Amino acid sequence: MDSSILSSILFATIVAGTPLIIVALGQLIAEKSGVLNLGAEGMMAMGAIAGFAVTLHSGNPWLGVLAGMAAGIAMSFIFAVVVLTLMANQVASGLALSILGVGLSAFIGKPYESEILPTVGAIRIPLLADLPIIGDALFNQQALVYFSWALFAGITWFLYRSRPGLILRAVGESPSSAHSIGYHAIKIRYLATLFGGAMAGVGGAFLSVFYTPLWVEGMVSGRGWIAIALVVFATWRPFRVLVGAYLFGGVMVVQLFVQGSGLEINIPSQFLSALPYLATIVVLVIISRDQNTVRLNAPVSLGQPFRPEA
Amino acid sequence: MTSDTDGDQTPRLELHGITKIYPSVIANEDVSLSVKRGEIHAVLGENGAGKSTLMKMIYGVTKADAGEMKWEGEVVQVENPAHARSLGIGMVFQHFSLFETLNVVENVALALPGNPDLKQLADQITEVSNRYGLPVDPGRLVHALSVGERQRVEIIRCLLQNPKLLIMDEPTSVLTPQAVRKLFDTLRQLADEGCSILYISHKLDEIQELCHVATVLRDGKVTGDCIPSEETPKSMASLMIGKELPVPEHSGSSEPGETRLQLNRLSKASDDPFGTSLEDIELEVRSGEILGIAGVSGNGQQELLYALSGEIPVNDADSIVICGTPSGRDLPDQRRGNGMGFVPEERLGRGAVPRMSLTENALLTAHRAGMLKRGMIQFDKIATFASKCIEDFNVKCGGAEHAANSLSGGNLQKFIMGREILLTPKLLVVAQPTWGVDVGAAAFIRQELIDLRNQGTAILVISEELEELFEISDRIAVIADGRISPAKKLADTNIDEIGVWMSGMWDQATPAEVVAHD
Amino acid sequence: MIRLEKRPEASQLMSYASPLIAIVLMLIGGLLLFAFLGKNPIEGFKVFFINPISDLYGVSELLLKATPLMLIAVGLAVGFRANVWNIGAEGQLIVGGIAASAVALYFYESEGIHILILMVIAGAIGGMLWAAIPAFLKTRFNTNEILVSLMLVYVAQLLVSWLVHGPMMDPDGFNFPQSRMFEDPALLPLLSDENRLNFAFVMAIGALLVGYVFMYRSFAGFQMQVAGYAKDAARYAGFSAKRMIWIGLLSGGGMAGLAGMSEVAGPMGQLTEHVSNNYGFAAIIVAFVARLNPVGIFFASLLMALLYLGGEQAQQYLALPSSISNVFQGMLLMFLLGSDVFINYRIRWKEATA
Repeated sequence: MDSSILSSILFATIVAGTPLIIVALGQLIAEKSGVLNLGAEGMMAMGAIAGFAVTLHSGNPWLGVLAGMAAGIAMSFIFAVVVLTLMANQVASGLALSILGVGLSAFIGKPYESEILPTVGAIRIPLLADLPIIGDALFNQQALVYFSWALFAGITWFLYRSRPGLILRAVGESPSSAHSIGYHAIKIRYLATLFGGAMAGVGGAFLSVFYTPLWVEGMVSGRGWIAIALVVFATWRPFRVLVGAYLFGGVMVVQLFVQGSGLEINIPSQFLSALPYLATIVVLVIISRDQNTVRLNAPVSLGQPFRPEA
Repeated sequence: MTSDTDGDQTPRLELHGITKIYPSVIANEDVSLSVKRGEIHAVLGENGAGKSTLMKMIYGVTKADAGEMKWEGEVVQVENPAHARSLGIGMVFQHFSLFETLNVVENVALALPGNPDLKQLADQITEVSNRYGLPVDPGRLVHALSVGERQRVEIIRCLLQNPKLLIMDEPTSVLTPQAVRKLFDTLRQLADEGCSILYISHKLDEIQELCHVATVLRDGKVTGDCIPSEETPKSMASLMIGKELPVPEHSGSSEPGETRLQLNRLSKASDDPFGTSLEDIELEVRSGEILGIAGVSGNGQQELLYALSGEIPVNDADSIVICGTPSGRDLPDQRRGNGMGFVPEERLGRGAVPRMSLTENALLTAHRAGMLKRGMIQFDKIATFASKCIEDFNVKCGGAEHAANSLSGGNLQKFIMGREILLTPKLLVVAQPTWGVDVGAAAFIRQELIDLRNQGTAILVISEELEELFEISDRIAVIADGRISPAKKLADTNIDEIGVWMSGMWDQATPAEVVAHD
Repeated sequence: MIRLEKRPEASQLMSYASPLIAIVLMLIGGLLLFAFLGKNPIEGFKVFFINPISDLYGVSELLLKATPLMLIAVGLAVGFRANVWNIGAEGQLIVGGIAASAVALYFYESEGIHILILMVIAGAIGGMLWAAIPAFLKTRFNTNEILVSLMLVYVAQLLVSWLVHGPMMDPDGFNFPQSRMFEDPALLPLLSDENRLNFAFVMAIGALLVGYVFMYRSFAGFQMQVAGYAKDAARYAGFSAKRMIWIGLLSGGGMAGLAGMSEVAGPMGQLTEHVSNNYGFAAIIVAFVARLNPVGIFFASLLMALLYLGGEQAQQYLALPSSISNVFQGMLLMFLLGSDVFINYRIRWKEATA
């Protein structure tokens, strides 16, 4: 294959995987504390519209990213109040958050449907970007791509090397034990949930501000759900999130390339578009066959409400 | 050896008028007690007397509604466990507060202030564990540890902070008799060094052996203080429950009849990575006898019960024979059809559905007794059944329409036991029949089991309470690390021997007898 | 200081009152939203909640919209009671609609009642097949049914898009992505000449009745409720978890497929890319607001249908996007989940301790 095509496929794969990394790592932290928030789709949608609208009005994409983050935090705060303070069922509340976020973003976004944002330029890292094939793909990228790598490194360190990370894992395994030795399990779960929301918002803003860059109703198109599936697939380990996200990025990109290449392949475009969703199902099946790995790594208290006795 | 030699007479801990009220129950009412330096102070009371709540208040896990706590003469309000630890109070929980997916050092680090260096901490742990005879490997994941080892981790975790007061909540319920003796040595060593110990228990003999002073609680109130060495178990029991300990009537040995349960080299790899695998389990239970299985918790009891009940069937049908039918692959429902009844350890959520009424809970297993008609539920029949169960088994409740979770542990246990017995099983498997049950209900339940045996039912009881097994069993066996010992007639063994066996050492012990009883 | 205190026993009263509280909170939220958008709240309320049902035709439209919601919600409730989380009803509806359309187009220009009967069967089977995928993967590999059923929604949307752009496209339709219009034998009979309400409404009421008997009178329904309340108790009693997963997913899928049939053979009269109007997701909310109870589902479906109609009215008269319906729906469910806390807890006012 032509090396320039290879390079651009690699480039596009990394871009497509980036929002998944950011969102999935955020969810990973929330889930490590024992909170299962199925509302990622809704939080991403809100992050996308908030990011888009603010970027459009301010002309500053970084304000847009911050707005997306704020929207994600706000959404996850609603969720946190309902499941942590009011002890509602996490599965149902996550669904509600998704429905609310998707609906609300469509509602807010209606006036923005015909707008387009200017493309944000890439940041080129000198020397490294001159490497053949991988140079452009890895080192001439959007700032948020670099951010996703920093996030990965930071979260890996946080979880396995820092004391707050140790406390987080402890709360996720047994909030009642953590409570009995004096940790404020609910507060820690709040923080983790809000972090998950913030990252979902950033991931959403990445889509509408950097990736497309425009706003269409339903533009998140299942990425929030895929990110949740990715955390399961990764069995709650950051490195596997990274690998998985690029795998999915690759699946999304290859179908775009095939569709755009003008190659005479007799496959309806809808079948190619369905690939990421089918791939999600396949990886879920593969990982769920290995129940031992899942059980050894899954946060034990995931999805269970906790209330300390007064 | 006690505080007499101490110059300073200020008590280490004083409680005055401590009261704690929960919406449905008064957990503690006007409780006062005083603990001296180097004193081992027992807090004695039966299940639900309010001992654990009182300790949680001292340790800052919950707060008192009224009353005053003095620490070394100063009034304090313990804000949280970290505050308690900084004062010098350590606590070893009954249901441990350890994290299974973390290793020993990480677990210990979580309870220490600041950000200790894990490598240094590992050395400290080894040092303390050597000094007090509490062997444990700092690098191991907690889920790989035995229950006894976990308790050692909890104790070490407290000792690393040089506590002045150590609270032990029912520490011996998970130990073999030999391990209990070792623990007592450690506690005495600590007390000699000046550490005060609050020892929570409902076991009278242990308290007599270990404690200098005892405070007795009943229904949340102090019913008396005493010096255990000057009392008899009888006199302490009457302080604890308000009357003498009831002892069930055992009609002595009778000739057991046909074999109702036979396990043939039952093996089962655990599905749970934290679980115990069963290895070549052989036993039989015959009509008209109670076989007791002793063991320290976590040695395969859960797995054995799941396999016996059919909740997790095994591959080899012949490895479990119920009333002559190979049943290894059968589901619980089919096994009930073969004549088995089963009372699980967890009453709420397994033996009964917490949110459902007693009537609906009767339907759970009684549906096969003519309660259905073409797939539809016959509500009048099931209501009659539930009422009979409530009446015959003396279940105290508001009525059959009340939810299972509104009953006390003892009454719910009587209901579940009654439900299974009314279905006239030929074989009854019971796990922890009196766990967390008040003394009255426990006596009632034990008597029911003995009566059932006298009527010819085969009964298998798995319990962690050795005393209970010695009270009701005809024969007794031990489960350790997923293997089972030969069963011995009660008359041919004693608590000491069974205690040794509980650590898995029956092969070496007395091979001659093993052959004789196999 | 406010604090929550556990009730000694769950409050029956609150479990019925909590959906009403949620509705009231949603209305308040709606009024605030109208005010925030610079609309007169009273006017907005009138347009949204009163106008759609101010005449008999409006009421018939309400029942028409409520029909697929009732069908799907009662099917989903069967599974939800056992904690079988089928959230892919949207996709199952689409596939049911496709299957029913295939029958209608196969019998194009022929006559007979068998066409409709076959369409009903095909619709239900189509939905069940789509739901059978997560059921199979869950029972065989323990794969999370939430994620699988949801992924299949996207796949179903792409599938119908392909079909109406290709194999099932109307040959005389100027390349519009839609099928032929069905002929009368493939359309559900109307209940009256005055409006569009059709026989599907009767089917929905029937489904609610059957659902009621199944849930509250049959042993199988009891087993599913036990599994939902306490999984270990169901296993202890020997109820087959796999069987419940199958029943739960197939009932939801079958009913969603039937709803898809009732849409293509009802108000739409053809297959398009927009078979569903988010009914599959709205029905989840219906099921929850109804406490998974068929009687409740009847009323909750009417409420949800009103939100749909209100959204259309708001678009027409208030110049607001119709997606405002989804905002109301999301709010309703969120408020419900939040106010459910009072079933097991009560509020205590407590002075801060000195």
